[in-house]
Amino acid sequence: MTKLTVNGTEHEVNADPSTPLLYVLRNDLALNAAKFGCGLGQCGACTVMVDGKAVFSCLTPIMLLEGRQIKTVEGLGTIDNPGPMQTAFIEAQAAQCGTCIPGMMMRAQALLESKPDATDADIRVALEPNLCRCGSHMRILKAVAAARDLMQSAAVAPATERKPS
Amino acid sequence: MRFFIRFLTSLLLLVVIAAVGFAAYAWNRSIDPIEPPQRTAFDAKLIEDGAQLAAIGNCTACHTRPGGKSFAGGLPIPTPFGTIFSTNITPDPETGIGRWSEEAFNRAMREGVDRQGRHLYPAFPYDHFTKVSDADNKALYAFLMSRPAVAQTAPANDLPFPLNMRWVLAGWKLLYFDSGAYQAATDQSDEWNRGAYLVTGLGHCGSCHTPRNSLGAETSAHLSGGEAEGWAAYAINAASPAPVPWTVDSLYDYMRRGWHPDHGVASGPMAEVTGNLGTLPDADIRAMAVYVADLMEEPSAERAERGSLAIEHAARQGNLIELASAPAGADTPEARGEAIYKAACSSCHEGAKPQPYGGVSFHLSSAISAPNSQNAINTVLFGLPAGSGTRSAVMPGFAATMSDEEITDLFAYLRGTFAEKPVWPDLASRLAATRSGDYHVSVKPSDGIERGPENIGAIDQ
Repeated sequence: MTKLTVNGTEHEVNADPSTPLLYVLRNDLALNAAKFGCGLGQCGACTVMVDGKAVFSCLTPIMLLEGRQIKTVEGLGTIDNPGPMQTAFIEAQAAQCGTCIPGMMMRAQALLESKPDATDADIRVALEPNLCRCGSHMRILKAVAAARDLMQSAAVAPATERKPS
Repeated sequence: MRFFIRFLTSLLLLVVIAAVGFAAYAWNRSIDPIEPPQRTAFDAKLIEDGAQLAAIGNCTACHTRPGGKSFAGGLPIPTPFGTIFSTNITPDPETGIGRWSEEAFNRAMREGVDRQGRHLYPAFPYDHFTKVSDADNKALYAFLMSRPAVAQTAPANDLPFPLNMRWVLAGWKLLYFDSGAYQAATDQSDEWNRGAYLVTGLGHCGSCHTPRNSLGAETSAHLSGGEAEGWAAYAINAASPAPVPWTVDSLYDYMRRGWHPDHGVASGPMAEVTGNLGTLPDADIRAMAVYVADLMEEPSAERAERGSLAIEHAARQGNLIELASAPAGADTPEARGEAIYKAACSSCHEGAKPQPYGGVSFHLSSAISAPNSQNAINTVLFGLPAGSGTRSAVMPGFAATMSDEEITDLFAYLRGTFAEKPVWPDLASRLAATRSGDYHVSVKPSDGIERGPENIGAIDQ
């Protein structure tokens, strides 16, 4: 049994310790936001956060993760009460097919948590490891910039009090 | 008393003579400024030759800031003595070398002195460039003087007293610098001599691959392993740590393409070198390979045998069936490391995907068999970033997921299993310093010239 803390909840997982986190998230914990893209850490669709940093969950075995804080898109908000990153992506209609979006959101979230005033250039550099095959890059960049601004104002008005637009 | 005064007078006289002598030695005349020549003043063929020579010299690596204008300088070069900023070598008349005559350029290459007569810091590798022929300097001059002029002044060097005074460099040169063009070895072939000329001259391989003394001068241990931008530059003489002995052919391929199936991909600053060498004629690359292979010497029968075994072992990998699960039980560093290796590394490093896009087998890895752990640490922590706008080998970094303890366990397994050597004694301190950033590492895509304006993939860690 491996103990994993995902989005603040502790889980006991009965999987081989060498199993990649991505499989455990999707198959054992029914957290389906992170996607399988390439399985090689080359596309970014599986990106989640571990202790505040963006990592490829497809090649992170769970044996490395006991006692670490794992965060996925499900930890950013709910359908009824989306967090600023989710709100920004919805408002910008940043998804085309959507497969890359959870990875984009988590890498962007990791950036903005460590650097709340990230510039547009910082965002471009940070998102470099994540690929999008639909070509919605401009909307994704717009969404992340909007999320940055939302988070800065959200520091004044908590997410729960904002009206969905 | 009279004796004492006479003694003092003589001593003073000696000091004055020595000081005057040194001043005469240290002094260099200023060469008159010129009107910047027009591009059309240079023969097109000469410019083309100069472009290839500039690629061998890897001029862009220091004289271009990532994302900045080519050859406009301003890149900070960290040295053990302080930070030196590369200069603008575009033909801008005010901030570049636009007012330098060919004679002034030639003198800078040959003697390490700028147009105005000031000594240059040996971060500019004139200890090697002095060997460059007048004809090649002429071509390099034509190439640089026909680049677009960029007005950009480098920040002032950050060096402590007395190193901030350039005349001090005359003393350094007196101790360590021999000027003079390359002299061919008459008992060697033309090809060997061409290789030696490029490797020891413009290619300045020793700047990274030769160890330096406490005053920053290369020691006599020519190409026996040094350091560059936070990476170990391996010995490229008989002390090469490569599990498979290098040959003329493998050196040629590696320099030509940036990787070789028996050795893996060029990474760190070497990636930039192979990226640059990609533009050269085959004959020059082959000549360098001939010279370096000669320095490496014929491997002993025992070493050759180990090399063939490594190739055999590596070929037998790529069988994912046995990887399925981690070994249960034994709680030793090696067993924990093996579990991590099988779960996190083997899918690429023992996968079916061939190099360079698949990972190298650790049976063949110099990083694992090297006497110094730095490159293995850098690669695991920071990975190999993707080249921008080009196909490249990539590897994700594991800094965010593997703790120092886990990486130590991993290396205990890799060193023991693949190199049959004990784990490096200074691993813990190097690993901690590299992770914290106290030890600065420059991370670059494989086989690319990332400093050019078109490619800004380099990330400083």
